[in-house]
Amino acid sequence: MSDSPAAIPDPLVIAGRSFRSRLVMGSGKFPSPALLRQAVDASEAAIVTVALRRVDLDNAQDDMLASLAGGDYLLLPNTSGARDADQAVRLARLARASGIEPWVKLEITPELRSLLPDPIETLRAAEVLVKDGFTVLPYIQPDPILAKRLEEVGCATVMPLGSAIGTNLGIRCREMLEMILANATVPVIIDAGLGAPSHVAEAMEMGAAAVMVNTAIATAADPVAMADAFRLGVLAGRAAYRAGASGHVGTPEASSPLTGFLTS
Amino acid sequence: MTFLDVLQQTDLSALRRSLDAIGPREVQAALASPAARLEDFLALISPAAADFLEPMARRAQAVTVQRFGRCIQMYAPLYVSNWCINGCLYCGFHGESGQTRTALSDEQVLAEGRYLHDVGFRHLLLVSGEAPRKYPLERLGRAIELLSPLFSSVSIEVQALTEPQYAQVARAGAEGVTMFQETYDRALYTRVHPRGPKSDYANRLEAPERAARAGFRRLSLGALLGLSDFRVEAIALALHADHLLRTHWRTQVSINVPRLRNAPAELGVPAPVSDRDLVQMLLALRIHLPDVGLVMSTREPPALRDRLIPLGITQMSAGSKTDPGGYRQQVHATEQFAVEDGRSVAEVAAAIRRAGYDPVWKDWDAQMRGGSACESR
Repeated sequence: MSDSPAAIPDPLVIAGRSFRSRLVMGSGKFPSPALLRQAVDASEAAIVTVALRRVDLDNAQDDMLASLAGGDYLLLPNTSGARDADQAVRLARLARASGIEPWVKLEITPELRSLLPDPIETLRAAEVLVKDGFTVLPYIQPDPILAKRLEEVGCATVMPLGSAIGTNLGIRCREMLEMILANATVPVIIDAGLGAPSHVAEAMEMGAAAVMVNTAIATAADPVAMADAFRLGVLAGRAAYRAGASGHVGTPEASSPLTGFLTS
Repeated sequence: MTFLDVLQQTDLSALRRSLDAIGPREVQAALASPAARLEDFLALISPAAADFLEPMARRAQAVTVQRFGRCIQMYAPLYVSNWCINGCLYCGFHGESGQTRTALSDEQVLAEGRYLHDVGFRHLLLVSGEAPRKYPLERLGRAIELLSPLFSSVSIEVQALTEPQYAQVARAGAEGVTMFQETYDRALYTRVHPRGPKSDYANRLEAPERAARAGFRRLSLGALLGLSDFRVEAIALALHADHLLRTHWRTQVSINVPRLRNAPAELGVPAPVSDRDLVQMLLALRIHLPDVGLVMSTREPPALRDRLIPLGITQMSAGSKTDPGGYRQQVHATEQFAVEDGRSVAEVAAAIRRAGYDPVWKDWDAQMRGGSACESR
């Protein structure tokens, strides 16, 4: 799960902890706990998110937790289903009290159609949870200012969406994502809407530190084969980024230098 | 604007007549349309669309899997009282004689709750008849408080309450309200609800909005199919769900499609709904409202329930008893309706797995009930 940085080539580092894979996998929507585990193993993901509302932390027989037990990955609890900061904070504290490490993927979605995150509640909860000692990974809309505000309150990453969650539409918010990538001082994990291995490759080519995928794998005809395909997509995109294939075009510049006359 | 205003501005009869003019071409166009326009829904619920159930089913399945995954959320009803002062002509609790009435004591409520918890349920639906003297609201609140520690989610299916009353049961720990309008046909509604507070059509119609204003975040609607033309009920349900989603944007909405069975002889089933009709209604609702939950109770027989799983159902009950105290056979009271799927909870879960779906027991958490956490330390 967390080898020393030297042991992993090109590790993903979040809050000082190194991960061998840049694919984060979600655990929802699978047809069975057994298929979930096989897909997680095929993905070689180093972080797997688990919805706290779905699992029974007091029950060792909980089918989802049992299926994910003993794997070489961090189980990252998320607050999905929380509609405001209070609910998210309570869920996170409950998870910590049950013995889970104090890492949390912060998701606050006030309505259940788009599952778009609420920026105001997210910032409010992030402040509280960071002060509480949590490592906080917030799911956000690709808002460059919000990303900086979350960094300032101490979030370990930002996780902007590529397009609306569950849509498999890919990178539809490219301009704002590029601004976030250009300005971030924490790892940027592009989360949600990534529907094909080509989408995660694109995200990694843009310079994302990692990507998060759930629906596209869980709802594929063959989730295990699709998990492997996404693993390869992440590797290809990251290799291309490191090879210098992707030029950032994000920062706006004046089209003609105002001081150009000085050299003529 | 409330949904009553919406319905008063909508000529349901005219909409129903317009369905007969819809042909295969409009149905095919609706199936190809990515937008959730009302015109598309009307085409899919039209008689002409009955010849397109297979392509509708394929689209409904794809939409459901994308939005909900291959998961079925499991819940159980717990009948706490069958005392009732209403006279709904179709109901097993209706009738002045020959009924065995009871309201469960605290001990009986807990015994039923523990049984349902032990067989695996974490989502509970508390059901009672309307009887302010025999079963006052305080007792419902008490039952919710007793059961909340055992369940992640407690919903209620009781009479239409006032907004302060909804707030009161929400504080006790309930977070979902199931409220069937039974029929959106106002004249028919008045005929089948001849007496009691439930005869007030408008009061019932606006109850989900009062619940939403009082803080309930899960609303479950339904029409009792068999009373009136199912196509009219489907249109009204679609409009109702759409209205709630727009006006109470934080709310999750589900739709139930119970079919009237074993109706008292004096009523019969005025407008029978065939399996094909039921399937068309489910598919049209699913395609029109991709994010709305579709609920399937044990009113339907096992073979049909199993076939409906991959067509867009997202919530199912199992092993249900519709008489108060029925799980532990604590008392012998009249049941509300005869359960058609009498399989055990384990058998239903196995059937869901055989269909390639995961029965999900817990999909909510008690931590998501009210109260402040951010300022507490």
